[in-house]
Amino acid sequence: MLGELIKGLRTTLGYIFRKPVTVQYPEVKRPVRERFRGRHELKRFADGKERCIGCSLCAAACPADAILVVPAENDPDNPRSHGERYAATYEINMLRCIFCGYCEDACPTNAIVLEHQYELSFYDRRASIYTKDMLLVPADKGHGEPPPILQQIQRRPSPPAQIDL
Amino acid sequence: MNWLDILILVIQCFVIALAVTTAFAYLTLFERRLLARFQNRVGPNRAGPDGFLQPLADAVKLFFKEDIVPSAADRAVYLLAPAMAVIPAIIIWAVVPFGCLNINWDWRACFNDPYATTPLRNILQIAEIDVGVLYLLAVTSIGVYGITLAGWSSNNKYSMLGGIRSSAQLVSYELALGCAVLAVVMTYGTLSTHEIVVLQTSLWGIVPQFLGFVLFMIASTAEVVRAPFDLVEAEQELVGGYNTEYGSMKFALFFMTEYIKLIAVSAIAVTFFFGGWRFPGLQTLGTGVEALAGPIAASIAVGLASLGSFLLKLVAFLFLSVWIRASWPRLRYDRLMDLGWKWLLPLGLINIVYTAVVYVLLPNQQVAAFVLFGLSLITLAIAGSFSRVPKPVDNVTYVKDLPRSAGD
Repeated sequence: MLGELIKGLRTTLGYIFRKPVTVQYPEVKRPVRERFRGRHELKRFADGKERCIGCSLCAAACPADAILVVPAENDPDNPRSHGERYAATYEINMLRCIFCGYCEDACPTNAIVLEHQYELSFYDRRASIYTKDMLLVPADKGHGEPPPILQQIQRRPSPPAQIDL
Repeated sequence: MNWLDILILVIQCFVIALAVTTAFAYLTLFERRLLARFQNRVGPNRAGPDGFLQPLADAVKLFFKEDIVPSAADRAVYLLAPAMAVIPAIIIWAVVPFGCLNINWDWRACFNDPYATTPLRNILQIAEIDVGVLYLLAVTSIGVYGITLAGWSSNNKYSMLGGIRSSAQLVSYELALGCAVLAVVMTYGTLSTHEIVVLQTSLWGIVPQFLGFVLFMIASTAEVVRAPFDLVEAEQELVGGYNTEYGSMKFALFFMTEYIKLIAVSAIAVTFFFGGWRFPGLQTLGTGVEALAGPIAASIAVGLASLGSFLLKLVAFLFLSVWIRASWPRLRYDRLMDLGWKWLLPLGLINIVYTAVVYVLLPNQQVAAFVLFGLSLITLAIAGSFSRVPKPVDNVTYVKDLPRSAGD
């Protein structure tokens, strides 16, 4: 019995000389994984236009009903996005969001991406709603060329629906 | 006793009471930081430099908590119980010699030196009473009232169970503790704590009383309900133990009681078994400083050095206590009672017999001390080999060994 007791003491004593595993959080932050699902970002194309085309597929895919998209027609002279429409309102309620990433999967233009920001705290519920200007990346942070289908739409706006009867 | 003596006594009491409560506060921090390191963590290090203000933050938080008295509780007893627990814990310190600072300015008086010119007036011990050891035992026992009454007056079954557990545990281990202390008293032939320290000249008390030391450590750990004997507050079984219904500062008083008692039993262990405030070379230091800077400086030097040595030994014991808490699991309740009654008490009685017989047969103190040390080791080895804990494999019956029934 004494042997086991001493073994126990020796084991714990060994730990005192090791470096603690604690990360001193607010000062030191552990990097997250590449595929970590944190706060959403609304991306842009390389030319600075918004990727979001206001299709609301993300809102439809959202299992927690956290996303609100109100689309609006683009001004042809000064379009906000490639395509007919853009998101006039884009809001995500972070209290409802479960960070499942379905919105990412649903997005046809890869406009919404769950990024690595995870410090989401607020003092009241109203502050939990992240609006479009909070989510949208700056205009010079765009990447990628718009896909041909969107460029095509740009040239030939609103074709009438062709339905064979 | 003139008014100056009374004033000095009052100041001594204040200083020691405050020092003990501060020591409690910083013991909590010491324990939390150390436990954290044992568990590969860092521990509280946010409040102040390296968490140094953490006890203060805890105290402020506890003071501002709402003070609740359960409606079904026996109000008077409920409110009195924390005080009844904490007061004995603080007054234990009256007879503990922290060091020896003779304010009649002759350091030789500390060592019962016949050449000392002035009588001893040690300000690092509040009360040098003739029955110091008896006082220690009596006061540590009184503390059980506070705990039992707290459990009973809360009118809650978990508190009640915790209170009963603690009183049963304290009463059981009191006996073993008494036996261990009695053997020490027999070794030195005095009940005065100061005398016991002075008499540990060349050999510390752990040599003649090794068995006594082991028994004292186990019994005193149980006495202050520390791990691995902390059944009283086994959260998994009893919510919180006897203090379930207590909150805010009333809870803090119970918490304080436990930690002050822990420091106190460590101090008593140092006093009885590790030479108290003595360390080799203390007298050389006194002689040297006296030759260099006169008797007052020598007294102060001896006083501070002895205080430092006492505190260092105390911290070593507290470290051991935290280490044990970090390492060992809690005992089962029946095993606890088994250990107290079937092992510690007989061993304590055997130790008394050893001490009595050896000191009667061998007049030479040194030889007797080493004979006792040998006897202690042999006894502990025999007891250890007897007390083989049944392993789970011993309680297993294999299917192949089962008697075959007629149907097979």
